Amino acid sequence: MGMTIGEKIIARAAGVDVVKPNDIHTVTLDRMMSNDGTTHLTVDMYNNKLKHPKIADNKKVVFIMDHNVPAENPKTAEAHKKMRNFAREHDIALYEGQGICHQIMMEDYVCPGELIFGADSHTTTYGALGAFGTGVGCTDFLYAMTTGTSWVMVPETLRFNLHGKLPEGVYARDLILTIIGDIGANGANYKIMEFAGDGAHNLTIDERIVLCNLTVEAGAKAGIVEPDEKVVEFCQAHGRKAVHMFKSDEDASFARVYEYDLSKIKPVVVRPDFVDNFDTLEVVKKEKIKIDESFVGSCNNGRIEDLRIAADVVKGRQVHPNVRFLIAPASQAVYIQALEEGIITTLMKAGAMVMNTNCSVCWGSCQGVIGKDEVLISTGTRNFKGRAGDPSSKVYMANAATCAASAVKGYICGPEDL
Amino acid sequence: MANKVWKFHNDVDTDQIIASQYLLLPDIEAMKIYTFESLDPDFAKKVTPGDIVVASENFGCGSSREQAPSVLKALGIQAVIAKSFARIFYRNSINIGLPVIVCKDLYDHVEDGGTAELDLSAGTVTVDGRSFTCTKLPEYMQGILNAGGLIASLNKEED
Repeated sequence: MGMTIGEKIIARAAGVDVVKPNDIHTVTLDRMMSNDGTTHLTVDMYNNKLKHPKIADNKKVVFIMDHNVPAENPKTAEAHKKMRNFAREHDIALYEGQGICHQIMMEDYVCPGELIFGADSHTTTYGALGAFGTGVGCTDFLYAMTTGTSWVMVPETLRFNLHGKLPEGVYARDLILTIIGDIGANGANYKIMEFAGDGAHNLTIDERIVLCNLTVEAGAKAGIVEPDEKVVEFCQAHGRKAVHMFKSDEDASFARVYEYDLSKIKPVVVRPDFVDNFDTLEVVKKEKIKIDESFVGSCNNGRIEDLRIAADVVKGRQVHPNVRFLIAPASQAVYIQALEEGIITTLMKAGAMVMNTNCSVCWGSCQGVIGKDEVLISTGTRNFKGRAGDPSSKVYMANAATCAASAVKGYICGPEDL
Repeated sequence: MANKVWKFHNDVDTDQIIASQYLLLPDIEAMKIYTFESLDPDFAKKVTPGDIVVASENFGCGSSREQAPSVLKALGIQAVIAKSFARIFYRNSINIGLPVIVCKDLYDHVEDGGTAELDLSAGTVTVDGRSFTCTKLPEYMQGILNAGGLIASLNKEED
C-alpha cells in the first residue's frame, strides 16, 4: 500500500520505510518554533520541572516574539524578558518584532518534507512548502527541545483535488473558508488535509499559505499542498534547497477524497462566532451590517498580495468616519515591500492606521481590541466569541477586498459596491 | 464519589476556556481565576476540586495554548468528558496529566449542575445508577497520563 505526503514525511522523521494511520512513532524533528504566547511558561518548566535540563540541538530551535510586541504592559514585558534571556543564554535564534512567527518561518526556515513542531496552532501553514507543520503546547515543545524528538500518531489523510482557477475577485481565503464551511469546524479533526490537482498548482505560495494556515480551523493536524516547481523556486529565492519533494503514491489510501472546481468559488463572509458559520458575500451584504472596525493582517492574510488588494480597493477613497481601518503587515519584509510599492502611502492616504508587524487584532490582546457590542470585519484567523475583545463583540471573517470595501462604506459589502 | 458536573456546548474554543489577554500573566495560578470568563465570569469562584467538565463535540478547538487545560487542572477539575475533542487540546491535556475522556453517551444523560461518578481505571462514568462506557486511550497515551504527564514521564526515563 502506498503512502500519502504526510505519511511519507512521518516515515522519514521516524526513520522507517512505511507508516500507516493510527501507528504511533517516535520522530526526530527538523525544527521547533515557539512564540511569546507560551514561551515564558516553557522557560519556567525548563528551569523548575526538568530533572536533567538540556537542549538537544539549539540550532533547530527558533523563538519568535510576535503576539504582544512591543509589550503593552509590565507583565508582558517580564514574560518577554524571560524569553529573550533564555534565548541568549542558550544561543537560540530570536526574532523580536520582525514578523508573525509563521511568516518568519516561511521566509527563513521551512523546507519541503520537514516535520516541524510549533507552539502555535497555525503551524499548519508550513504545508504551503510541502512540509508537515503541526501545533503543540508548551509541554510538548519542551520535550521536543530537550530530546530533539517527540511521539506522533499517524493521522488519516483527506485529499482535496482542486481544479481550475479562482475567478477574478475571489481569493484563496474564500476557497479555504468555503471548504471549512462544507466540512465543518471539526471536519478534519486529527487528520491531514492534502491539496493537489492543477488548481493547487495554479496557486501562488502566498495563496497556499492562506490555505494551509486555516486547515487547523477544521481541526487538521497538518495541511499540505503537493510541492512543485514553485516550491523549489521559493526555497532558492530564500537561500534554501528543496530536497524532500514528497507526493502521494498512486495507491495511497485517503480517508476521503473531495473535488473542488475553483471557478465556482464565491467571495465568502463567515458570521460570528464559529469558523464554519459560512455564507456568501452576496447574501450577507443585503443585510448592510454596520461595522466599527476593519482589519487586514494576521498570519492568514497579512502578506503583500493581501495588502495590494486592500490598497487597490481604497485607492482615491476615504475610510468611513465611523470605522477604524487597521492594517498590520505579516512581517518587516512584507512591510518594506509594501512601502516600496507605495501601498502603505495609498492605505494611509485613505485613512487607514498602519501598525507594526505582529498578531495584532486577530488575537485580541494587543492593539485594536474592540469594545462591547462592537462589530469587526477581519482577515484574521478566528471569529470566536470575544476573540478580538469584549465577549459581546462580533467578528465577521472575509477576504482583504471585502474588508477594505466595508471600511469605506461602513457596512459589510464588496468592492463592486463602491 | 459523585462529583458536580459543569456542562458545556459544542465547539467550546480555547479562547473561551482562557482568553488571550490573560495568557502572558506570570503563571497558571494568576490565570486560573479567568477560566471560562466569557461564558460564566464566576466559574472559577463556584467550581470545587473534583468537579467534572462535560461537553459535546470538538471541545477545546482553536489555539494550541496549553494554558487551556492547565487552568482547568489548576482549578482541580478531575476530568473533561466530551463526545469529542479538538486534537491539540486533547494532546496537551494528556501531556499535563489532565484526564480527557471520550464518552459519546454521557452528554445526553446528565444535567448541568448534576452529578456523575467517574471510575478512571474501569473506564466508566455513572449517573443516577446508570453506567456509560468511555473510549479507551491508546496504551502509549495512557502511559503518559499514568506517569503524571509528559515531563514526569521524561524525568523518569532519564533517571
